[in-house]
Amino acid sequence: MSTATPSQLVIRDLRVSIDTEQGSKPILKGVDLTLTSGEIHAVMGPNGSGKSTLAYTIAGHPRYRVDGGSIELDGQDVLAMSVDERARAGLFLAMQYPVEIPGVTVSNFLRTAKTAIDGEAPAIRGWTSGVREAMEKLRMDPSFAARNVNEGFSGGEKKRHEILQLELLKPRFAVLDETDSGLDVDALRIVSEGVNRAHQETGLGILLITHYTRILRYIQPDFVHVFVDGTVAEEGGPELAERLEDEGYDRYLAARA
Amino acid sequence: MTTAPTTTAPAPAATRVVPVQTRSERPRSTDPADFATPTGREVDWKLSPVERLAPLFEDAPGDGSARWTIDAPEPVRVGTLAAGQSPRGSVFEPEDRPSAIAFARTAQAHHVLLPEAAALERPIVVSVEGGGAESRETAHLVLEAAAGSVGTVVLRHEGSTRLAENVEIVVGAGAALTVIAVQQWADDALHASAHQARLAEGASLRHVVVTFGGGVVRVNPSVDLAGARSEAEMYGVSYADAGQHFESQVYVFHHGPETRADVLYKGALQGVGARSVWIGDVLIGPEATGTDSYEANRNLVLTDGARADSIPNLEIETGDIAGAGHASATGRFDDEQLFYLQARGVPEAEAKRLVVLGFLAEIAQRIPVESLQEELIAAIEAELAKEVV
Repeated sequence: MSTATPSQLVIRDLRVSIDTEQGSKPILKGVDLTLTSGEIHAVMGPNGSGKSTLAYTIAGHPRYRVDGGSIELDGQDVLAMSVDERARAGLFLAMQYPVEIPGVTVSNFLRTAKTAIDGEAPAIRGWTSGVREAMEKLRMDPSFAARNVNEGFSGGEKKRHEILQLELLKPRFAVLDETDSGLDVDALRIVSEGVNRAHQETGLGILLITHYTRILRYIQPDFVHVFVDGTVAEEGGPELAERLEDEGYDRYLAARA
Repeated sequence: MTTAPTTTAPAPAATRVVPVQTRSERPRSTDPADFATPTGREVDWKLSPVERLAPLFEDAPGDGSARWTIDAPEPVRVGTLAAGQSPRGSVFEPEDRPSAIAFARTAQAHHVLLPEAAALERPIVVSVEGGGAESRETAHLVLEAAAGSVGTVVLRHEGSTRLAENVEIVVGAGAALTVIAVQQWADDALHASAHQARLAEGASLRHVVVTFGGGVVRVNPSVDLAGARSEAEMYGVSYADAGQHFESQVYVFHHGPETRADVLYKGALQGVGARSVWIGDVLIGPEATGTDSYEANRNLVLTDGARADSIPNLEIETGDIAGAGHASATGRFDDEQLFYLQARGVPEAEAKRLVVLGFLAEIAQRIPVESLQEELIAAIEAELAKEVV
């Protein structure tokens, strides 16, 4: 199913800082980025360039303070929305470090989230089989459903669980924050297939944040943005990723120095 | 608001100082006169609201207004025991004044016996309905699981009264007993309860204290792991709101060799004057070689004005143990948990409710009887529905 009228997530001149013990520290220094549904954008850059800050700011994490600029989803002011309103508006963040929630089972969590996103509880029969099938495709053991959210999960299991949610919650735009980190080759392929499946089935737009080009062998980006020191240093098509594969980030960092 | 854990470990003989009072040295007596009326300065009362508890310090019998019902499946035998009639008093020795009063002033103890090798198909349910806020009640209950028996006893407290209660738990060789004490009193109830258990060789006890209602509720369970390879799981879950004081002083005595214990108490608190006290003492005696023991207390303080005290103590008198540890943590909502749930579309209030439910449900997940597990989760949900976090 691809949307008749494409959605747009528009980020303009976004400036974000965080509070540190040494005072306020600017991280994003004016970021412009436009995602249209169906597109896959890779955001790449060295550590500390502000990639994850962008992800968490879109999701609305309270730690990040927006000093200026805007984020709009089809003309709606995302920055004015609470975290849960953003999710219900169709934004999804696959987290780099998913949080453990003791005593809350995966099955209860998924149903609660689906109900919140859709505004009504899913029909029990179709939902249960849908969850089971999605888990099978991600090679997740059925016993997962009875485990507590992220508790005792390996790194790979946590990432599969994030992508499981992506497939079940069907957002309009997903930000994948270093989903490839900590995955071995097999897990990376399985997780990437899940992302591609969701992309084909729902036509969502994806912002894929990564340090390495490895995941781009499995998920083909339409656009690549290189982040350096809180701004977009260069933009291009998939060929830019290939160039980064060969050259790394050195030339951007050297240019700054 | 985290109370620093305190540890007592054996010091080298030359520098060893005599502790002020260790748990094992608490005086024991069946005579109320041997216990002065608590002032709040005593080690076992210093965190308790002794003024509110004053009615339980009066050495007087109950007025008989509470209603007791015992529903037991075959082949359980239910009866009464007069003072001095075995096994009443074979395990239990009062350690504080309300307990000594209950011991001395209760003419007939309830006796519930699981005969040898009995395997119960459903739980035994003992219910107490208080006779009103001005009434008073003393009780002594003997739960006896004969060798090789397997079963569950649910002890429910509802309504209101001022109850001094003793629960004596005798677990025979190889028996496996689960005891779940549920306090769902009205807000004006006062309840001081002492549970004392002794386990024979290879016996196991799972003991769960569930406290959601009452004015002051103090349930102090202690277990003597006397037999080799006996094991205890001691769990607690509570939710205190404004003005409620819920307390448990838990004592595990590793007496025999290769004994195991796992203690976990979890409490949520909200509202002005909501208070919880947890004191966990573990003693690994000189004969308890190869012992494995862990105790933990976790509290979730949901609003300002609530307070949780948590004091774990561990005393080890043998050098040869398999493991021993303790942990205590008191905190507020984990913002990252709330963010994670909200990022999945769940509104803040519901996210908080889910985090509290999950926090407390961890104890329910450790109860193996599915129907009881569901009932406890339903009770937690009902408690949460009443509260505005």
